Amino acid sequence: MAERFELRINGTEQAVEADPASPLLGVLRETLGLTGSRFGCGAGLCGACFVLLDGHPVPSCDTPLWAAVGKEVTTVEGLGTPENPHPLQQAFIDEQAMQCGYCVSGILISAAALLEHNADPSEADVREALDRNLCRCGSHNRMVRAVLRAARETRPA
Amino acid sequence: MSATTKAVTLPGSLAANPLLAQWLRFEPGGAVEVSPGKVEIGQGILTVLTQIVVDELDVAPARVRLKAASTAASPNEGVTSGSLSVQHCGIALRHACAEARALFLTAAADKLGVAADALTIEDGIIVGPDNARTSYWELTDQVSLDVPATGEVMPKPTSTRRHTGNSLARVDIPDKVFGRPRYIHDLKLPQMLHGRVLRPQARAASLVALDEEAARASPGFAAIVRDGNFVGVLAETEEAVERCLALLRSRAEWRGGEELPDEATLTDWLKSQPVESKTVDSRRAPSAGSPASRVNRRYSRPFLAHGSIAPSCALAQWANGGVHVWTHSQGIYNLRTDLATVFKLPPEEVVVEHAEGAGCYGHNGADDVALDAALLARAADGRPVRVQWTREDELARAPFGAAMAVEIEAELDEEGEVLRWRHELWSNGHTARPGRGSTPALLAASELAEPFPRVVSTDPPLPAGGSHRNAIPIYDFPAQDIVSHRLLVMPVRVSALRSLGAFANVFAIESFMDELAAERGEDPVAFRLRHLRDPRARAVLEAAAARAGRDSRRRDEGTGYGVALARYKNMGAYCAVAAEVEGEEDIHVRRLVLAVDVGEVINPDGVKNQIEGGAIQATSWTLKEAVRFDRTRITSDNWENYPILKFSEVPAVEVEIVPRPEAPPVGAGEAAQGPVAGAIANAVFDALGVRVRHLPITRDNIIAAMELS
Ligand code: FES
Ligand code: FES
Repeated sequence: MAERFELRINGTEQAVEADPASPLLGVLRETLGLTGSRFGCGAGLCGACFVLLDGHPVPSCDTPLWAAVGKEVTTVEGLGTPENPHPLQQAFIDEQAMQCGYCVSGILISAAALLEHNADPSEADVREALDRNLCRCGSHNRMVRAVLRAARETRPA
Repeated sequence: MSATTKAVTLPGSLAANPLLAQWLRFEPGGAVEVSPGKVEIGQGILTVLTQIVVDELDVAPARVRLKAASTAASPNEGVTSGSLSVQHCGIALRHACAEARALFLTAAADKLGVAADALTIEDGIIVGPDNARTSYWELTDQVSLDVPATGEVMPKPTSTRRHTGNSLARVDIPDKVFGRPRYIHDLKLPQMLHGRVLRPQARAASLVALDEEAARASPGFAAIVRDGNFVGVLAETEEAVERCLALLRSRAEWRGGEELPDEATLTDWLKSQPVESKTVDSRRAPSAGSPASRVNRRYSRPFLAHGSIAPSCALAQWANGGVHVWTHSQGIYNLRTDLATVFKLPPEEVVVEHAEGAGCYGHNGADDVALDAALLARAADGRPVRVQWTREDELARAPFGAAMAVEIEAELDEEGEVLRWRHELWSNGHTARPGRGSTPALLAASELAEPFPRVVSTDPPLPAGGSHRNAIPIYDFPAQDIVSHRLLVMPVRVSALRSLGAFANVFAIESFMDELAAERGEDPVAFRLRHLRDPRARAVLEAAAARAGRDSRRRDEGTGYGVALARYKNMGAYCAVAAEVEGEEDIHVRRLVLAVDVGEVINPDGVKNQIEGGAIQATSWTLKEAVRFDRTRITSDNWENYPILKFSEVPAVEVEIVPRPEAPPVGAGEAAQGPVAGAIANAVFDALGVRVRHLPITRDNIIAAMELS
């Protein structure tokens, strides 16, 4: 059952041994210790586990390991670090854009994908891009503001 | 000044936990370790507490370390709920810090040979005349904090607090944006096993057959735990345990279970059950005239799910006959009591330690899963066990917020003025929290071979109240009767959900007020103000109405505007809401304007964040949410059949804080729930001319209301 895979995660090659049908989320969290991607529903319906697969946000709870092979996987840990934060991470801090924050990793991932192909999104664009991410604490508007702020601050003046 | 000695009452949780060392400690290396008994449930309390410490002690925020609450070390502050965190914990901590500061100033004065009032403190350095200096940390040998608070030291006056009233950045946010381990779900202990619990679809069903063979043969399998109708499985990895669970599920046979009410006639069902009835409030006018007419209306809300974005999770480990549990419960001591009862252990043998979970809005599955973990860990030979619920368990088996029916009747005189107001409600009690009685309130306790009886939820007494929370109107009527009927049966498991009965009561009161105003052709704000003496209530209502700019707004076709108001628990935060909606079948809330008065504000941004979050969640409850069920089981067990508000559906929210720096601080977390529902319903009436009295305000319920009128 278990096979050996080479995965490219946050820019580095990682070898893992697992069943090819295993959900990517479990491999990230349990095998590789990348717990930034969160488990929320296990069914692709909440967005807490989103990662970028070649730049597209996908639910890693619902993505089998084999589907990630040969692709570039980016998790929230790969977006930035405290020393070198992604503009979205900085904007979420500046806007204090959360309550409990459990949904935030997935929301940052969806927003990062949006900004990658639309540097100047409207508020409606942002809401649409985040529509597959649920937030139960009601922090939506702050998050939308933070995404717009990140877009503003990264655009060349 | 009188010389008589009065027994001092210490403020907040300090009364029950008077030792200063229970609250704070100066650590070598220049840190202050603070041990709050209240816990982070996504409301930002850790930041507020940091601010308080920083203000009273005059130290930099970076020096403050907050310890995770644990029954082994922290003060017992009961449950973190009911928006009381700031009152209980903040005030206690503020006083404890003030007393500690005074002790250190005395010691410093001694050491430096100057008067204590000649000293100042800058980031923990105590400075006197001629640059004489020492610090908290230099004096730790001279000052013992193992002394009880005296109640005689006053904290700094509001005006000299540097941080209170400003918005210190949340201390937990950096971890969360960089995806660092922070939540209980991320805790990994050495040798840890993973556990899952197999639960039947029908509540209280009996397990009649279980074929364990396939699970036992599955890779990574460790153990099966069976105790009556409680079944769990342990395995080496999460993936392995999920596989075992699926194998067991398909090979288990359950029978029986408790029959559920008919969802289609839920309000009638509520009104026909055995109840305990209580007159909550009764006032008679000396000279009430005789009524010329009566209006009465029935309102309702369905069962609501907490819907935490993370499934409940806990870890447990047994050693030397005792158990250590890691939990995101709101009440570590209460949970300990119930665990001790289940395991027949003295409470000291059970250590319950808090770890942060996702946002918590009441008594959800956190406590249940802690017992699950402790039960499974008994079969783990001393290894720690991590149990995580499934999304289905989270949405279908955690306690719900109770369904409610509310009937209001007004007797009116010739002019349509209210002579008498009668409010009657039917509901399950709103709390079945752990640690409150001799019967554990934890789900698995009733599933064991020697089961504990299932708890029927009760209501905390007024003024806070449970199902009758906010049943007493804020308005001044000549006469009123408020009656609650608490159900004595509980086929659908319910317990505390944010704002308890206040959501349905305020929705009903504020809808009814609007109906009366409309009947008279009177402006709804003016009508309310005419019945409102409390100046703080008037101020928030006027502020919300003014900010919403109602009069200047041009009415577009298909849009509507509504207001509502309440004072949470009739003694907490004031909140008025103006809502603007559009739509014909699917209602979209465009904008919510909220004005709140929460007394003294320690962290304004935190208050706005909580009010805004509450308002958006209440919009979701009002427009979309209802627990669905058939006669045997809860059917709304995923995000498709229990939808919540999405980014594209969220209204613009503006929060205005009406300042009251000299009034005691009260919590903000729950103040918006009821008024938001009332304001939206009233706006829907304004837009469509249809009065929707049964939540949620979905297309179906709008059509049903149209057919009724
Ligand atoms: S956990 Fe993957 S979408 Fe919910
Ligand atoms: S901040 Fe708690 S779920 Fe989004």
